[in-house]
Amino acid sequence: MKIVVIGNGMVGFKFCRKITERQIPGLQLVVFGEERHPAYDRVHLSSYFEGKSTADLLLAPKNWYADNGIRLLLGDPVHHISPGVQTVTSKSGITESYDVLVFATGSSAFVPPMPGTDQKGVFVYRTLDDLDLMKSAARKARRAAVIGGGLLGLEAAKSCMDLGIADTTIVEYAPRLMPRQIDQNGSEILQRQLLALGLKIRTNAYTTSIRGDGQATGIGFEDGTSIPADMIVISAGIRPRDELAAAAGLETGSRGGIVVNNKMQASHANIYAIGECALYDHTIYGLVAPGYEMADIAIDNILGGDRSFGGFDMSTKLKLVGVDVASFGDPFPPPDTCRVIVFEDQVAGVYKRINMTDDGQYILGGILIGDASSYNMLLQKVKNKIKVTGKPEDELLGSRSSGDSAAGVLGLPPDAMICSCESVSKAAICKAVEDGHETFNSVKKCTGASTSCGGCAPMVKDLITYTLKSQGKYVRNVLCEHFGYSRQELFDLIRLRNLRTYDDVLDHIGQGDGCEVCKPAVSSILASLWNDMILAKGNDTAQDSNDRYLANIQKGGTYSVVPRIPGGEITPQKLMAIGRIAEKYNLYTKITGGQRIDMFGAHVGDLPLIWEELIAEGFESGHAYGKALRTVKSCVGSTWCRFGLHDSVSYAIRVEERYRGLRAPHKLKSAVSGCIRECAEAQSKDFGIIATEKGWNLYVCGNGGSKPQHAHLLAADIDSETCIRYIDRFLMFYIKTADPLTRTATWLNKMDGGIDYLRNVVVKDSLGIAEELEREMQLLVDNYKCEWREVVETPALRKRFSHFVNAPEDKDPNVRFETLRGQKKALEWK
Amino acid sequence: MSTITKEKMSWFFACKVEDVPANGGVCVKYKDGQIALFYFARRGEWYASQNLCPHRKQMALSRGMIGAQQGEPKVACPFHKKTFSLADGRCLSDEHECAIKVYPVKLEDDRIYIGVHPIPG
Repeated sequence: MKIVVIGNGMVGFKFCRKITERQIPGLQLVVFGEERHPAYDRVHLSSYFEGKSTADLLLAPKNWYADNGIRLLLGDPVHHISPGVQTVTSKSGITESYDVLVFATGSSAFVPPMPGTDQKGVFVYRTLDDLDLMKSAARKARRAAVIGGGLLGLEAAKSCMDLGIADTTIVEYAPRLMPRQIDQNGSEILQRQLLALGLKIRTNAYTTSIRGDGQATGIGFEDGTSIPADMIVISAGIRPRDELAAAAGLETGSRGGIVVNNKMQASHANIYAIGECALYDHTIYGLVAPGYEMADIAIDNILGGDRSFGGFDMSTKLKLVGVDVASFGDPFPPPDTCRVIVFEDQVAGVYKRINMTDDGQYILGGILIGDASSYNMLLQKVKNKIKVTGKPEDELLGSRSSGDSAAGVLGLPPDAMICSCESVSKAAICKAVEDGHETFNSVKKCTGASTSCGGCAPMVKDLITYTLKSQGKYVRNVLCEHFGYSRQELFDLIRLRNLRTYDDVLDHIGQGDGCEVCKPAVSSILASLWNDMILAKGNDTAQDSNDRYLANIQKGGTYSVVPRIPGGEITPQKLMAIGRIAEKYNLYTKITGGQRIDMFGAHVGDLPLIWEELIAEGFESGHAYGKALRTVKSCVGSTWCRFGLHDSVSYAIRVEERYRGLRAPHKLKSAVSGCIRECAEAQSKDFGIIATEKGWNLYVCGNGGSKPQHAHLLAADIDSETCIRYIDRFLMFYIKTADPLTRTATWLNKMDGGIDYLRNVVVKDSLGIAEELEREMQLLVDNYKCEWREVVETPALRKRFSHFVNAPEDKDPNVRFETLRGQKKALEWK
Repeated sequence: MSTITKEKMSWFFACKVEDVPANGGVCVKYKDGQIALFYFARRGEWYASQNLCPHRKQMALSRGMIGAQQGEPKVACPFHKKTFSLADGRCLSDEHECAIKVYPVKLEDDRIYIGVHPIPG
């Protein structure tokens, strides 16, 4: 059998992959693609502007097609089809006959008919080529406007901002953003979040023209007003690519789309259409998951099966400009057919709505903005018509009595579709675990679950855990194949056996050669226990690369250098010293978020020379390269500030000098604020201190980063000495019990009993270990030495800082820089 | 690895054993190129590969952590922790990633030599 597929997009690719998996003898597969690139991930197109390359986005490398016996013809669209003689002819003149023809032509961006769309500066947001065009135009563009406030429009607006166009406006015809997915209230919350990010929004705006004289200068509206813009992205919907099919005499819909039956057959029996070009039951399915399902159905029918397509759930969840947005089931059924539960938190920017049946027993659908963590579970309850037990509002707010939240997956029926992109059921995942696939990666590889959008990953992980538990297997969080222990167990074993080097640890309680997971974890434990020089012989190569070079590796292979500036206080003399040294070694300088100065672009061989000079000027290592204490940020406090209650700078310096060099499971940040105005942002730190009338308030377990979390109050109105004692205990308890690479916030989130338990241990000493924790911390404090001073003063250690072992004086000739705003920058990587 | 190419192999002197940290790597300059050399002291084995990580085209593999997966020697790039087999060069952490080139290593007393093929043409 010979199958010709027109189109190499996501759905066309899925068709190829699924049919080759069937291993049909004698199958010939020819694929024509219009674009230059083989199929890529269009769902995550905007990540192209966040640094992903074309290669990262490809669904399979080019050689995959040949390896699977597929002839892939790229950059060569089909121009003509002769259904009578069953041939297709491409633009370049290649004619291929077929037994079965599959349209996977997808869609193109719909450009509304209006004057001015053919000018320079007007773009659509659809393909990698479109993105490349936007990228090159963005350098000169100052204002962007995106026409269309739907899913794609918001993605496009984010891309404009990623391209550096701060002044970006979203223009939407409807009274609200994403009118098809979310309701007015949800849209308002979303809008507020987007405004806070600096995007401008104009709703109820009907665009009638694009202004300009060859180069776009703005867009004009029906009411006669206009806005200026020199980059305009049209994202006003999609148009199915049905022109070939129509020319070949196939039936198409009046508003576009190749008409198909429930077998995905077009009006000729041996011609199929799948994905966004197919019109089923008067509907175009503009999402990837139904397209994949169509590919499956088409394959089944081509091979003589009789599965049929019965429509598809259009639920979606995505992160738009950093904001979770999800819509599932029926997001807005007619008011008289359902009851609605709504939760709105304007402070946190969260809006949740679920629609329940009149009797309050079943969920029909809903909307989640700002927090879509319950999306998977709610969607499963809609799809599988699971009866709601307990209070309906718990579905929305989560049960507020403590319990095992992950237990929810157990309540799902075996045929519940956990991964809707790849059609993997709960039963299939459980079966894979029972068959011996006991890790997430292994299950992913075996079932295909979580390989597309990844949204179901938490549910898959929960299912693995519960399946293992139900088999009576003890689920242990072991480090890696070389150590059958958790980090906490390792910590205790290493201390009990007084092991001092990585090799000792591996010899006594591990096996094999180690790896990039256990080496840094064990090194961190050794440093936390003994605070020996981390580059001492035998331990040097067990350090994570940044620790091994005592600097942060940056693009191009050069390093950045951060001297410690305790509390952010620095004398003019020291500032000048940094300036002089940075100039001498041609380093890029930038003020960091932690109130210090980062110097970038140092060759590895220059590091000891730079540090020799910094140390001579009175600086010491800032440990920016380590999972260690970074900075203790401070506001200026009572020495200058008219509101300041205490001297926050002096206290910050005291805290920073006490814990400098302290190695932990992850980096540690701290801050001290001199009053309740909290200018040092102490409540976003691993431990933060805020002055009160009576003393200090100590907050713990906050962090910024990708998942910001406010710190919790651990103790109030305590004096300076007590505060230090509590921090000693808190940090040491964290260091001894947290998993590797776990920040304090995550550590607390996983702790049974949460902050109350932690307070009992640290403040009330419920475990009777407070004294021991303080003693252990004091040992570390007493053992502190500046690592860089040791390197500078030890020839054997210095020797390791060269690029070529056989040409120590030579620098890496591959290191190149560009210039930006009068300083150097790393050459962009490919 | 075939016998035909073996005959054309030429060995160049890289450095001495004492120059390479135990269980770590160094970068060796060879003509205009760079080769990463690794010393698996625990196994008494030596491996060499290209220094360029194919992922982001960075000259960095010699600064990566080495170790083993099911006994197979490997190196992890310091940039994004992609891991490559030092036995055959394939990427262990991402099946779509390109493989790296590996070179044979031999020891004569305390001198280390790396085997290379003259670049054709």
